[in-house]
Amino acid sequence: MAGTLQFDLVSPERRLASIAATEVQIPGAEGDMTAMEGHAPGITTLRPGVLRATSAAGVKSFVVSGGFAEITATSISVLAEQAVPLEEMTAAIMDQMVADATLAAAVNPDKDATDKVVADLLAMRAAAGQ
Amino acid sequence: MPSLKDLKNKIASVKNTRKITKAMQMVSAAKLRRAQDAAEAARPYAERMNAVMGSLASSVGASASAPRLLAGTGSDKVHLLVVMTSERGLCGGFNSTIVRLARARAQELMAQGKTVKILTVGKKGREQLRRDYADKMVGHVDMGEVKRVGYVNAQGIARDILARFAAGECDVVTLFYNRFQSVIAQIPTALQVIPAKYEGATASAVYDYEPGEEAILADLLPRGVATQVFTALLENGASEQGARMSAMDNATRNAGEMITKYTTIYNRSRQAAITKELIEIISGAEAL
Repeated sequence: MAGTLQFDLVSPERRLASIAATEVQIPGAEGDMTAMEGHAPGITTLRPGVLRATSAAGVKSFVVSGGFAEITATSISVLAEQAVPLEEMTAAIMDQMVADATLAAAVNPDKDATDKVVADLLAMRAAAGQ
Repeated sequence: MPSLKDLKNKIASVKNTRKITKAMQMVSAAKLRRAQDAAEAARPYAERMNAVMGSLASSVGASASAPRLLAGTGSDKVHLLVVMTSERGLCGGFNSTIVRLARARAQELMAQGKTVKILTVGKKGREQLRRDYADKMVGHVDMGEVKRVGYVNAQGIARDILARFAAGECDVVTLFYNRFQSVIAQIPTALQVIPAKYEGATASAVYDYEPGEEAILADLLPRGVATQVFTALLENGASEQGARMSAMDNATRNAGEMITKYTTIYNRSRQAAITKELIEIISGAEAL
């Protein structure tokens, strides 16, 4: 059994989690990745998706709408733009997130990037089973 | 000399005022605690964000291809001042201190031949600035409907600022708000957000960046602006309640003093009236 790493999940409004996890799976911008103890230090941006943290207490899942993660050998901090525990997720929040992203996509000059965010959100909705 | 009845009315009216200011003070105290909690809760995010941005910025900053949000547009002709004030009055010098700082900066910039544009957040600042700088106002964000400041509000403002920057409407963006220090001390602060300045940062441990450093930075800089706007909004919210609390505390105390003063006058004139009546009765009796 591998050791644990300190997992922090913060959104601008509050701290959602701060636990010792054995592994954390994050939706990186260039693909999902799992961080465990001793991971090479890195910074990656996130795409909208589901984040899973495995700890002694079980698996905790969060829906994140983007942001970035800072990984070191002993810790991982995820700074999410918006994060909601999976069990608190409702179709209403999901719709709101999609609406926000669509709104942002309308004004952003970088059409591809924002369209991708919307597409990611829709994929995430499918993954979350909503 | 006011009549006894006038004095009595005056005392009753000041007593009512005192009740109101006292209630407002208590409401502000409760709101202040909530605002402080919100500011506290937002701190981990902002701190981590600034740390990461700092180390990214210091490693990318020097290169010629650095994003414009970090490096600037290469000129500093047009300044956008984002003045954050409250929606309501009765909070002492809270709004005036911010406006004074912004006005001083605007004067200074105009003396240097720069163009100044003003974006106001909150009604009170707009009212004060409109008198002198009506032609400089480019926009206003109404926070009147907002019960609790959320990150969404900050994102909205940040989006507005970024759109103006992207459209080439401004070169430098500065936020004006009150930093909360204590209930009696709020410090008017000017914070430059574009081009971004992250101080005291060192390029820390060797990180793997995915995607590349500059791509991450380009992605994070707009978020950094939103985070800074959010922090400013929260600080401002706490400061507003703090300022209102001490203003209302003063008002309550002043009302108390006024009541004591008027009560003394009232009692004196009452005694004077009695004495006068007595003299009249006695001298009337003596005359018989």
